[in-house]
Amino acid sequence: MRVCDTAAEAVDGIEDGSTVLVGGFGMAGMPVQLIDALIDQGATDLTVVSNNAGNGDTGLAALLAKGRVRKVVCSFPRQADSWVFDGLYRDGKVELELVPQGNLAERMRAAGAGIGAFFSPTGVGTPLAEGKETREIDGRTYVLELPIKGDVALIGAHLADRMGNLVYRKTARNFGPVMATAATTTIVQVREVVETGELDPEAIVTPSIYVDRVVAV
Amino acid sequence: MSLSKDEMAAAVARDIPAGAYVNLGIGQPTLVADHLPDGSGVVLHTENGLLNMGPRPSDEEVDPDLTNAGKQPVTELPGSSYFDSATSFAMMRGGHLDVCVLGAFQVSAGGDIANWHTGAPDAIPAVGGAMDLAIGAKSVFVMMTLFAKDGSSKLVPSCTYPLTGVGCVDRVYTDVATFEITPDGVVVLDTFGTSYDELAERLDVPLSRA
Repeated sequence: MRVCDTAAEAVDGIEDGSTVLVGGFGMAGMPVQLIDALIDQGATDLTVVSNNAGNGDTGLAALLAKGRVRKVVCSFPRQADSWVFDGLYRDGKVELELVPQGNLAERMRAAGAGIGAFFSPTGVGTPLAEGKETREIDGRTYVLELPIKGDVALIGAHLADRMGNLVYRKTARNFGPVMATAATTTIVQVREVVETGELDPEAIVTPSIYVDRVVAV
Repeated sequence: MSLSKDEMAAAVARDIPAGAYVNLGIGQPTLVADHLPDGSGVVLHTENGLLNMGPRPSDEEVDPDLTNAGKQPVTELPGSSYFDSATSFAMMRGGHLDVCVLGAFQVSAGGDIANWHTGAPDAIPAVGGAMDLAIGAKSVFVMMTLFAKDGSSKLVPSCTYPLTGVGCVDRVYTDVATFEITPDGVVVLDTFGTSYDELAERLDVPLSRA
């Protein structure tokens, strides 16, 4: 675990072709400064896993606009302000894997928890389960869902201590805790890094074991 | 007279039990919150990670870290709790949510719902939490106008739009009638500005009276 001085230092070494888990629900919890640093860092041919596919022209939308993203795995790309993704998708310049939001979260939870796959009732009988293995358990049909593991997670939290323990704020928590567990390297932007011991151990949401780099922005 | 959107929302709100844990889908269903009686004890769940969500704040109190599933600013009430997305959807899938209210393009007589994608070739599909809600909540209420702009019924023998969930809808609240979907077929609970006979004539779905 390293406390970085700059967002550029925090995203150093992200390789072309990486799968990048990007936190946030809309702009709440979106790690905008880390994404801006990733744009400057230059990694390309990325697979981005995030709930949405960018809002407006900042954050994830800016990364998409630069042509750095080969594929988006998300639940809700289409929004009033998703014009960057919409244009790329209609022009065939970005691939989309649409995943129901709960399956998206659980597939990352599975990756972080060492679960090889799981049977979900969500999506059964719909186009999003086509071609997937199903099984009847106790009279109900489930579809087999595989884990989503990231090379890198970029998430936003409220506070970190110098060991990398994290607390979040309100609904900006969303995908942060599960993404932190599901990536080889978890990089977190926070509003403030406090001294170790200052966070109440009972209130820590993401324990330090999941966190590799932290930067205050 | 047929019901306005607000009157439909009020009709849904009347059928939500006191103390229920409820998720209101984005769009029209969010209107239901305005019609829950004071002291109902209904706890609103928003899938981005909050239980006991409160109403929209004043402009000065807007907090970008506190939104609903439609990404609109909301507030927390005493007794609120925050949680991550995996936990939030475990609440749904695990059958802990009493009621969800969803909008729909179509509902079938067998309780299938289509509400996420028109299937049009140029449409960008987006599903969000709709599929998890449809199969997860103990009771699934749909709120929609009964007829599309072209006059066709949205209550159909089988959905022509891509499905969101199979056999999961319990009630359908529309501007002209309220329906219950039962294993024995579609029951008309109430009509507004129309009659049972008119509906039976106009819909392709066999109906029965409550």
